[in-house]
Amino acid sequence: MSLVAYINARLIDPASGLDCTGGLSTEGGRITELGADLFADGVPDGMEVVDCGGRVLCPGLIDMRVFVGEPGAEHKETLASASQAAAAGGVTCIIVQPNTDPVIDEVALVEYVKRQARDKAVVRIHPMAAITKGLAGEQMAELGLLAEADAVAFTDADRTVAKAQVMRRVLSYASAFNLLICHYPEEPSLAGSGVMNAGEIAMRLGLPGIPTQAETIMVERDLRLVEMTGGRYHVAALSTAQAIEAVQRGKARGLPVTAAAAVHSFALNESAVGEYRSFAKTAPPLRNEADRQAVVAGLADGTIDVICSCHDPQDAESKRLPFELAATGIIGLETMLPLALELYHNGAMSLSDLLATMTSRPAELLGLRGGKLSPGAPADLLVFDPDKPWRIDEDRFHSKSKNTPYHDRPVQGRPWRTIVDGKMVYSDPDED
Amino acid sequence: MSDISSSDMPFRHLLGIEGLSPSDISEILDLADEYVTQNRQVDKKRSILGGRTQINLFFETSTRTRTSFELAGKRLGADVINMTATASAIKKGETLIDTAATLNAMHPDALVVRHPHSGAVALLSQKMDCSVINAGDGSHEHPTQALLDALTIRRRLGGLHGLTVAICGDILHSRVARSNIMLLNIMGAHVRAIAPPTLLPGAMDRMGVEVFHDMAAGLADVDIVMMLRLQNERMNGAYVPSTREYYHFFGLDRAKLAKAKPEALIMHPGPMNRGVEIDSELADDINRSVIREQVEMGVAVRMAVLDLLSRRPTNQPPVGPEATDT
Repeated sequence: MSLVAYINARLIDPASGLDCTGGLSTEGGRITELGADLFADGVPDGMEVVDCGGRVLCPGLIDMRVFVGEPGAEHKETLASASQAAAAGGVTCIIVQPNTDPVIDEVALVEYVKRQARDKAVVRIHPMAAITKGLAGEQMAELGLLAEADAVAFTDADRTVAKAQVMRRVLSYASAFNLLICHYPEEPSLAGSGVMNAGEIAMRLGLPGIPTQAETIMVERDLRLVEMTGGRYHVAALSTAQAIEAVQRGKARGLPVTAAAAVHSFALNESAVGEYRSFAKTAPPLRNEADRQAVVAGLADGTIDVICSCHDPQDAESKRLPFELAATGIIGLETMLPLALELYHNGAMSLSDLLATMTSRPAELLGLRGGKLSPGAPADLLVFDPDKPWRIDEDRFHSKSKNTPYHDRPVQGRPWRTIVDGKMVYSDPDED
Repeated sequence: MSDISSSDMPFRHLLGIEGLSPSDISEILDLADEYVTQNRQVDKKRSILGGRTQINLFFETSTRTRTSFELAGKRLGADVINMTATASAIKKGETLIDTAATLNAMHPDALVVRHPHSGAVALLSQKMDCSVINAGDGSHEHPTQALLDALTIRRRLGGLHGLTVAICGDILHSRVARSNIMLLNIMGAHVRAIAPPTLLPGAMDRMGVEVFHDMAAGLADVDIVMMLRLQNERMNGAYVPSTREYYHFFGLDRAKLAKAKPEALIMHPGPMNRGVEIDSELADDINRSVIREQVEMGVAVRMAVLDLLSRRPTNQPPVGPEATDT
């Protein structure tokens, strides 16, 4: 068993509220001890020493919404390449979405993803499984058996379960097993053929718009169904002020509801679409500035529990098309940390609260053992300098796809070391 | 055979368990006990209902319930006629009330009705001068099934009071479950309902049952395990994801049964879906399964019901709760 001493670190553990300078030790894949006084009298012989140089040492990030092309679209991303991108972004655990080909709606496919991940990935990968068979929104998938096979939660990925009766029964059935239903809320008949946020920019560009009400109506519907069934419900990606308000009201009523926001929902607004930039075609769509600010406020006041990357790799060909025809999605694993840190640098959130949205909160929702610094917890760690300035450079991405609207954006904060299961899986090549 | 000359059965019809008293139920079961003995003899026939006409009117296909009622009537000496009203016949336009009026004009003495819609049997009974027996209406009640279940339990365990009975499966759509829950509560048994939430009515806790979604927890220390049939159309993603998943979590097998009392009995109203709600071997285990016995008790209970209801003079203005239009 390898013994490692991380010294001279700013320990931040959002789960316990710990924020102090100190050290942390690991043995094999487990955290053994941590605290301000640890290694105050020096590091015992036989331990490997990692001097963090005053950088932040926190639990590795958990990303609840990652799209990977495996199985079915390996040219866009494989579990292996996604895991390399995750490691480079300080993400030690990714939750992959089931809208693959074939769809992850069978126990055997959950097993397949787990096996591939175990053999080829450098970070932890947990699959979410489909809510409905084939993501068709009609027949409930085998939620109980899929959960027994370790699907951590259920989602129809980028699809919305349009039928209220289906969603009602899903939430009801899932409640018996205490399963988490993650739903992408967009009323399909209202979103129609929309490709960006409805509003002035869509009008000027002549593009069909997706009204914010498409999200609000679906979130409000779902909250009524949660109230009716008691099912645990998580909004996969909130992007509008009205829907955030609805979630806030639901939480105030004591409903078992949580929510996530995609990085792009607070890092950009619809003006990024500019002159038909398909890299700014996202799901949920980039909204107007008021909605963006509502997302920031929702994160700050805790209405939104989780930040996720919505990492959605698309090859150049599928983006190099007229906006309406271009694929939706941007990659995000390698830019999640610095873009989220903008909320800390501009004073919207404390560093610990911000990190909670990417560590302890998703771990709690998904029932994962990681996401915290405590003796016995997995040694999944991130060491980063929250202030280090740099420019996002798509040429240095590890992801197989390069669809990012953030190229050349100046940001602050970047991973220095990423550790999974006690082993270093990423080290900043510019600073050894 | 019975020397009970003046019945205290207050009802002209048997439309449901709801409204029956413990003594009503005991009276039916006591008489049924005697008919069990009679039915085990070589000569099973009596003439109590000699000269009387019983019509079995089934708006839903049924083999076992209809046969059971037919046999019960014939063993008591009645002339029994079976009418199967198919969906197409109903579509010809005759309303239920018209059907009732037509049948009433034929002067039957007992009408046994099964109908796919809840409340239809009660509606029909309002227009009939004879006794009407509910043989199952929609998802509402199936009183003779509950009575035969009670008789089966009583004969095996000596009584119903204080027993813990788990009813498992599609309770949402089950008239058997509703009648059984009511009867067991009336007789002082503890009732548990075990099912996925999608197969439970919303206000289940208002029926005096303890609700479980986990078989192991729900079956702990029960005396009786009543399994319900899960219809094919309810599987495959609508109410439960699949047959496989249903059997895994809610099907009765030896491992789950081990949580119940060692001598716990298994019941099923039939027809069974082997490998869906119940392990095939378990269903045939003569030490645990009383499923065949339930069928035998069914005939005796129906004889008792026909006998008791026939003791009221016909063509008499109805009395009791069923007389009011509800």
